[in-house]
Amino acid sequence: MKIHKYKQCGLNIVIDVNSGAIHVVDDVVYDILDFYEEKSKDEIINSLKERYSIDEIKEGIEEIESLINEKMLFTEDMYKNIVLNDENPSFIKAICLNIAHDCNLRCKYCFASEGNYHGKSELMSFEVGKAAIDFVIKNSGIRHNIEVDLFGGEPLLNFETVKQIIEYAKSEGEKNNKNIRFTITTNATLLNDEIIDYIDKNMGNVVLSIDGRQNVNDKIRIRRDGSGTYSDIMPKIKRMVEKRHKDKQYYVRGTFTHENLDFYEDVIFLADEGFKEISIEPVVLLDEHPLSLKEGDIPQIFEQYDKLTDEIIKRSKEGRYFKFYHFAIDVNGGPCIYKRISGCGAGHEYVAVTPNGDIYPCHQFVGNDKFKMGNVFEGVINRNISKEFKNGHIYNKPKCLDCWARFYCSGGCQANNYNFTGDIHNPYELGCMMMKKRVECAIAIKAKLSEE
Amino acid sequence: MKHIKTINNGVLKNSVNKPGCKECANSCQSACKTSCTVANLECESK
Repeated sequence: MKIHKYKQCGLNIVIDVNSGAIHVVDDVVYDILDFYEEKSKDEIINSLKERYSIDEIKEGIEEIESLINEKMLFTEDMYKNIVLNDENPSFIKAICLNIAHDCNLRCKYCFASEGNYHGKSELMSFEVGKAAIDFVIKNSGIRHNIEVDLFGGEPLLNFETVKQIIEYAKSEGEKNNKNIRFTITTNATLLNDEIIDYIDKNMGNVVLSIDGRQNVNDKIRIRRDGSGTYSDIMPKIKRMVEKRHKDKQYYVRGTFTHENLDFYEDVIFLADEGFKEISIEPVVLLDEHPLSLKEGDIPQIFEQYDKLTDEIIKRSKEGRYFKFYHFAIDVNGGPCIYKRISGCGAGHEYVAVTPNGDIYPCHQFVGNDKFKMGNVFEGVINRNISKEFKNGHIYNKPKCLDCWARFYCSGGCQANNYNFTGDIHNPYELGCMMMKKRVECAIAIKAKLSEE
Repeated sequence: MKHIKTINNGVLKNSVNKPGCKECANSCQSACKTSCTVANLECESK
């Protein structure tokens, strides 16, 4: 597939898949493109002359030809050999530290099995954290930037260790000329002024979990006694965001499930509460789970994304823009093609570390022994697993090669692919459907706002 | 052009000239943790 075209926000949008060029076209060109590669010029004119004048059709064809000559339409894939001939080593430069395999909440959709990842409850010690920092610095090779995620379970259950690890990482980063950036993901229940100040000062990003409206949040994000968390966390999240330095990133992040397919309302609710960086993401659960998303939910999910698109355009024009993470695609920039064809990085650039120091390709594989890559105290990793993930790029994923969105998602989440299809090379279809819709919406927003 | 307005002239093909430094974040690290959206990442080599 060389082009993808669709209608949204009253626009005819055409994406040239391989060059990344984006065009807004009128109806004549939109219809010509249906036939362009299959039919001759005369046949196209014959097919469309009832609808448009012959001159219009001819003009449209000329403009298409001009863009083809400028390599902005019907371009061929020119990147395959870059990735297939890539003999460069991968460097591990991002690490997810599971600071606590424990949680004070019992959220009903938790992929980490309520925090303990199907194992025993455990907190990471400073010794393990220190060894993990040494491991990532050593394995980061020529990379200057290192990312460290403080994750769980709930990492603030182990805040003293978080502080020790960060202080150690900062000093080792300096010694080794590495720029280490920290992100923490928290359920916000344990935030207080001291922790908020510490997070603001030390974390490049903070992800604050809340699902949106109180009734939605409190059905799912509950304590051990079954009570909802909204009234506890909302004021704390607001305080964190108020105190957050304006140049620093945060995300108020929630999950939508089969139970709130009207999740547009949750996004807007959070925006109206004053948050400017919002992410509400589809739950990922196997079909048998009552909260899982089903294929039959797709029309409603798409309708919600469409509504959100229109609302973001409207608010942007009114100077009330907020960032919705899944629509935050920079169509004029973003990562280079080398990044886009190398996959998500799990297993070869990014790994997760458990409280006892075991290494997995990412946080979502934690607990699956088949994917255990080593331990931070051994200092080495299973290179076969690493290689398998490095080779798990779009050119080894047959379905991705037929998909127009492959340079936007880079082949999807390896863990989702594995969990749903048993093979990292085989995409999780429902995820693909939603991903494509979101990319369409993101591009439509940019196209619409560029009209003025 | 009369029938076509180009919003972007090819951010992918133009980026072939970049160094491919891989200094950018990994996709799971901004917010998602459950989905892979590489296009959301920011380039570190502008």
